[in-house]
Amino acid sequence: MSKQQSVKLTDYVGFDTIAAQIGKKIFKKGLNFNIMLVGESGSGKTTLVNTIFSKNFLESSGRKQAAEKSRKTTEILITTSVLTESNAKVRLTVIDTPGFGEQINNENCWVPLVKYIKDQHVAYLENEIKPERERVIPDTRVHVCLYFLNSGYRGLRQIDIEVLKRLCEVVNVVPVLSKADTLTVDEKMKVKEKVREAIELHRINIYPQPNPQDDQAEIELNNKVKKVMPFAVVGSNLTYEEDGEIIKGRKNPWGIINIENKDHCDFVLMRDFLLRTHLIDLVEVTSYKYYESFRTEQLQHIRDMRGAQPAQTTQQAQQTQQAQQVQPTQPTQQAQSANPFSIAIPAQQAKSPSFTKPSVQSSRKYISNALSK
Amino acid sequence: MEASNQKKKLQGYVGFANLPNQVHRKSIKRGFTFTLMVVGEAGIGKSTLINTLFETKIFPIKEETVVDAQTGVEITSMGAEIQEGGVKLRLTVVDTPGFGNSINNEENWKPILENIESRFDAFLGQENRVIKNKITDNRIDALIYFIKPTGHSLRAIDIEFMKRLHTKVNLIPVIPKSDTLTQDELTGFKSRVMADINYHQIQIFKPNWDPLDDAETVADCKDMLAKIPFAVIGSDKSYENDSGKTVRGRKYPWGLIEVDNESHNDFVKLRRMLICTHMNELKDATDTVLYENHRSQKLFTMGHVQDNTVFREYNPAAYLEEERRLHDLKMQKMEAEMNAVFQQKVQEKETKLKQSEEELYARHKEMKVNLEKQRIELEEKKKKLMSTNRPVTPIDKKQKRGLFSL
Repeated sequence: MSKQQSVKLTDYVGFDTIAAQIGKKIFKKGLNFNIMLVGESGSGKTTLVNTIFSKNFLESSGRKQAAEKSRKTTEILITTSVLTESNAKVRLTVIDTPGFGEQINNENCWVPLVKYIKDQHVAYLENEIKPERERVIPDTRVHVCLYFLNSGYRGLRQIDIEVLKRLCEVVNVVPVLSKADTLTVDEKMKVKEKVREAIELHRINIYPQPNPQDDQAEIELNNKVKKVMPFAVVGSNLTYEEDGEIIKGRKNPWGIINIENKDHCDFVLMRDFLLRTHLIDLVEVTSYKYYESFRTEQLQHIRDMRGAQPAQTTQQAQQTQQAQQVQPTQPTQQAQSANPFSIAIPAQQAKSPSFTKPSVQSSRKYISNALSK
Repeated sequence: MEASNQKKKLQGYVGFANLPNQVHRKSIKRGFTFTLMVVGEAGIGKSTLINTLFETKIFPIKEETVVDAQTGVEITSMGAEIQEGGVKLRLTVVDTPGFGNSINNEENWKPILENIESRFDAFLGQENRVIKNKITDNRIDALIYFIKPTGHSLRAIDIEFMKRLHTKVNLIPVIPKSDTLTQDELTGFKSRVMADINYHQIQIFKPNWDPLDDAETVADCKDMLAKIPFAVIGSDKSYENDSGKTVRGRKYPWGLIEVDNESHNDFVKLRRMLICTHMNELKDATDTVLYENHRSQKLFTMGHVQDNTVFREYNPAAYLEEERRLHDLKMQKMEAEMNAVFQQKVQEKETKLKQSEEELYARHKEMKVNLEKQRIELEEKKKKLMSTNRPVTPIDKKQKRGLFSL
């Protein structure tokens, strides 16, 4: 029986450089960040992404010619770019969805979106359970989905509710009120209030979700963010001069909107939220929440298909229930006692309301054990 | 004898120069009516714009989210009697809540088209009464269609709606919430919208002018034409602007956009065209062109036939000749068609017969072969029978012994 004790060090040892070491490793491995943009044509998706990264690397996918026919279904358009900032390199993939909500009959317009997200999970899972797999599995899973709301409407429309409900089951969703320069301060508050009410009423689980592993600072930050959501943003890469300063914004005969001004719009808040504070969290939540539940479902399906008898499955379920609270190493023993033809599910992945983050190492060892039988 | 239209010169004061004044007084006493319909998706600014146009709260601004209630398009109308400078206007605004709000918006245009046509039919019914009382005119004089300011071009639902309704009503497309777009974006958007409208051959209401009008009116009309579709904002709140004047507008942290300022948006032009200068023309167009078209269509479908003998100018003999010629042509065409059909049928029958002939031949051959086989079999059998009847010959015996010796 191993003993755990907490020890306070008196001299400086030096392993607090872990953060830098991990950082270096991550950048050597390469960080993949995949954003999906969902919204009607003309909501400002392309402009917003270009504004966040301060570079016009995306092109709008709207219909510009009269002779061009409008799209008959939601398409998926992927643009991958490698962004470098000081010594950090990020492989950014933007998934645009032209044709979403554009037709007269928009029933099932979310189907291509959910299918794409699930396909990425499938691809990752296939790579993961290969007997001989790569050291670094290419991560094409969608980490965040920005859903663009109509800033004119009072709250959520029917189509918004339907799509949000379905998207929140498979990906982190961040609702965005684009083109917020059309709302006065009062209207902005009212619209946000209405949207938050509707989200609560329909039980839509948008990101960030409360996590029992968060510390006080994180909880406070998330609460602060939730008060501002949905972010009312304005996008622009054009610069103007005002009072001697160069500002990024939109110029109108009645005034210039400064994007970086917190009183004008929430752009800075959103950018910091996405890139500076919650980037890694988005990737992690995708991995241990959405991907894991998908994985559980799939492996359970495989196990059922391989013909585990009903008696044994209940026994196994009991065993896994007991093992839930135990350290990762124990389930391997229990799995060995189970039916050799079934891929037993690691205890942590049994459906539980608390999202414990299992270490990647243990589950890897576990699967290889299970498959080598 | 036809009356001669010669221009004669008056030699004294007669007094009919006062006619316009008489008409003017009568029409003021009678009052004016104007029926306007507004179509656009929820939250796009319909109620605000109407309230701003007529400087009175005709529509209450809707606060609640109408998500759960709505499926399909409703037609509601609000009436108001407003007065300005002694002139009474009975204004009716017809709203269409629910348009474009569902997930499936197919046929959203149907209830609207039906409503417009039913108003025409009601008017037609009143006209056809034996004893005509005072006719109430409920026909829609203008339909303001609100185009969402995406900055790209028209959406599928916009094009579909306008194509369905442009021959039944005066269409006035309008871009609300124009403060979403900068001047450059707006010019681009307007040109793309007009390109779409022209590509799909949608007829929108365009202010036209008489060549005899004075230069100012003509210039005015040309200005308006250049700005179509109008990009407007609406507001019922007033603020003080930089020069100290109290104006209607929308106040943002970065500035104040004024409703009545022509450099900020086209609201003034829209109001001028809709109310000041072309209101009567809209009513006229509804009455003479749109209504008449509908009426003729309706009467044709009801079985009325155009009775041409009412027209003096036409010649009955020529008409009969024309008819006979047409009839002959038709006969010829029918004949040719019947010939072609006949030929086709004959060919088909031929090929069929050929096929069955081949089949028969093949079958015949097969049967012959079978028969032959049977005959040979029978022969053999006969031989066998015959051979078993004969006693065994010595040759056979010898052969048999041969087999077993050694």
